[in-house]
Parts: sequence; structure tokens; C-alpha cells
Amino acid sequence: MWAWFHKWSSPRWFYQLSGRLLPWLAVISAVCLLVGVAWGLLYVPPDYKQGNSFRIIYIHVPAAAVAMAGYMMMAIAGAISLVWRIKLADMVVKCAAPIGAALTFLALVTGAIWGKPTWGTWWVWDARITSVLVLFFLYIGIIALYEAFENKEAAGRACAILALVGAVNIPIIYWSVEWWYSLHQPASISFTGESSIHPSMLRPLMLTITGFYAFFGVALLMFVRNEILDRERNTRWVRELVTAAAR
Amino acid sequence: MKTLGPIELALRLLRRELTVSLRRRTELANPLFFFLIVCTLFPLGLGPSPQILAELAPGILWIVALLSVLMASDALFKGDFDDGTLEQILLSPVPLYTTVLMKTLAHWLLTGVPLTLLSPLLALMLQMPSEGLGALLLSLGCGSLVLSFIAAIGAALTVGLKRGGVLLSLLVLPLFVPVLIFGSAAVQRAVAGMDASSPLALLAALALFFLALAPFAIGGALRVSLDQ
Repeated sequence: MWAWFHKWSSPRWFYQLSGRLLPWLAVISAVCLLVGVAWGLLYVPPDYKQGNSFRIIYIHVPAAAVAMAGYMMMAIAGAISLVWRIKLADMVVKCAAPIGAALTFLALVTGAIWGKPTWGTWWVWDARITSVLVLFFLYIGIIALYEAFENKEAAGRACAILALVGAVNIPIIYWSVEWWYSLHQPASISFTGESSIHPSMLRPLMLTITGFYAFFGVALLMFVRNEILDRERNTRWVRELVTAAAR
Repeated sequence: MKTLGPIELALRLLRRELTVSLRRRTELANPLFFFLIVCTLFPLGLGPSPQILAELAPGILWIVALLSVLMASDALFKGDFDDGTLEQILLSPVPLYTTVLMKTLAHWLLTGVPLTLLSPLLALMLQMPSEGLGALLLSLGCGSLVLSFIAAIGAALTVGLKRGGVLLSLLVLPLFVPVLIFGSAAVQRAVAGMDASSPLALLAALALFFLALAPFAIGGALRVSLDQ
């Protein structure tokens, strides 16, 4: 099992394996996103309270879910990098941060766009929104820390530590923000109808969530492959790969 | 040669840190003046109305105290890094956990505690009702310990970088969120005549949590910073 682990975690093997995996993941992502978004935007009946504006959930919810799961995945990769000193793991940390930050940003922007017609305001200091904003800051911190180091291997390990510290703090932050929100009397704005979502609306949502996860995988694999080529550019296999491609 | 017990060792390390820092008195006073000056800016920006200031005072005091700790933490490992002491610390047989813990405690004793002691004066100037003073002292005393530990993680990560200052605040400020929430809530509750013990207990819990775990992260971060 260890032999398999080491083989798989070597950049070269990962490069080859991910090359085979990538087209499949890309197809899954494209199909799920296209079908899910088309279904959600065109065929699902409008919400009886929110009309058509609720349709933004087909982008908003998946972006937020993947942004959060992405941070946890990044922190796990960070732990692996620190414990077993696997180079691949800190490349994953480095590459996951910008994707996660972009998705968090997307979740915040789509949330604001949805909030305007629904709540009548672009921004509310709601517990969930505030936590996502802090998550965005945590992602930005990791990107900034990585860029500040000259030595990229040290940068990777520093980011791994920061990602772990962040992951330990996320539950505390989330919980403290919830506590803060319930302490201050919430404004008269509230979610319209907390009732569970109707199956006809849920099915396309599941599709777009799957699509976003697959998209995260595609983007991450592409970023990591790039990073591998960059860091291993002095090894023989990368040279052979590049000269073969140039011919 | 006599070997030192762990407690004695820790106390000697603490004394060393305090002695080194006390030799540079002006650096110790800087965060306190920062605290004083930024608190002065608030009435200038918000207007001198006592009602408004009294209402905002708990939040203002907490945010400014938090920024003062952040400012002071930039120098936490800088001196030792520049003159090579940090390398000797990593090479020495003394557990890194103990050294780092004592360094951070010394930092708290020389910034967090003086800030806490200065805060009633500023609370008075900002017209904060005196019912909140006890909660202010307790929450700042306890909370600044948490802030010191979190800031030390950031300082350890950025100590080897040429321009770490702004980066440090990017890394550390999001992690300060829970401390700010519980700290200012404790004071606001006390001012409103409510029971402030639950946020204070949460702050104390956070302090113990970071006291136990943060030195691992700080130590790991220092190793990375010296490796490069």
C-alpha cells in the first residue's frame, strides 16, 4: 500500500495519471453544468414568492459549497504535506487557493445580486455572509503568503501551516459569527420560506453542484500539472515531454 | 553539570525574554502610544458627542487594542532572526515548544498586559460607562493572550520575508474575528447591565486552547522560515 502511495504521489506519476483523468472529469463537469444550468434557468417553475430571481441558486449554492469543501481539502493536503513531506501535497495547497478564492468571490457576488431583489439590499451583515467573507480573507492570506516567499518549497510548507491553522479556526470563526449574529437583534429581513426545497428545483441543483465539484477538480488538476512542469523543469522526463511536444 | 527541570527551564527562558525586551524600553512604549493615538482619532472622526462615543467605545477600544497587538507582534521574532539567535534556539536541546511558549508569554506580558492596564483611562476618555470597566479589563487581559498567540503564528511565518508587515495583518486579522466578537460583546453586555460571564468564559476557553496548541504551529512556522 505504501509503495502505491509513494508511486502515486510522485509528481511524474501524478502528471501521467491526471492526464488520463482530466478529459473524463472535464466532460462530467461540462455536461452537469450545461444541463443543470439550462434545466434550472429554463424549465424549473418560478418560485411562488421570489419569482425568477431564485434561479441564481443554481450558481450561488454550488459555488459556496465547493468553496468551503475546497478549503477543507486544501487543509488536508497541507497536513499531508507537513506529515509526510510530500511535494505534491503542497503543490495542491498552492493551486487550490486561487480557485477557492474565485469560487468564494463568486458566491459573495451572486449572493449580493440575489439579495437586492429579495432583501432589498446588496449587503447584509448576516452570519452566513460574514463567515463566507472571512473565508475569502483566509484564501487571500494563503495566496499572499505564497507569493511573498522566494523559495517555492518553503512557500508551500508555510502555506500548509497557514491552511491548517485556518482549518482549525474555521469552526471557531463560524460559530462565533453565529453567536454574534444572534446577539445583535437581526434586522426584519429574513429568508423567505425556510421550508425545504421542492424536488423539481432540487434535481437541477444537485446537477450543478456535481458540475462545480467536477469543475474544481478539473481546474485543480490543470493548475497542479502546470506547477509540476514548472518545478520539475530540470528533470529528464519533463525535458523529454517538452521536446517530444515541440517536435 | 546540573540539568534544569522543565519548570525552571521555562522560567529562565521567560526571564531571558523579559530582560532582552526591557533593555529596549522605547519599543515597549510604542504599542501603548499607538493605542492612545488611534483612540484619539475616533472622536476626531466621529464627532465629540458623548452619547455616540459611549455607545461605540467597547468596539473602538477592542479594535484598537487588537491592532496594537498586531503592530507589536511584527518584531516578535525579528531581532532573534536577524542576529542568528533563532537558529541557535532551533539547534539547542531545549524543546522548541517551551521556548516559543515563553517567548509568546513574554510578548503578552509586555504588550497585552500594559494595554489592558491602560484601557480604563481610554475608556474614561471615550465616555464609556464605568459598569463596563471590569469586563473590559478581564476581556482584554484574557483576549490579548489569544491575540498574542495568533499573531505569533503570523509573525513566525513572515519573519524571514523582507516586507512582512502588511502581509502579517492579512494573515492574522481574519483569525482575530472570534476574539473581537467575544471581547467586545463582553464589554457591551456589561455596559448594558447584562451578565458578561459567557463571552468571558469563551475567551478564557480560547486562551487555553491556543496556549496548548499554538506553540506547535509557531514552532513549525519558525522552522520553515529558517529553512529557506
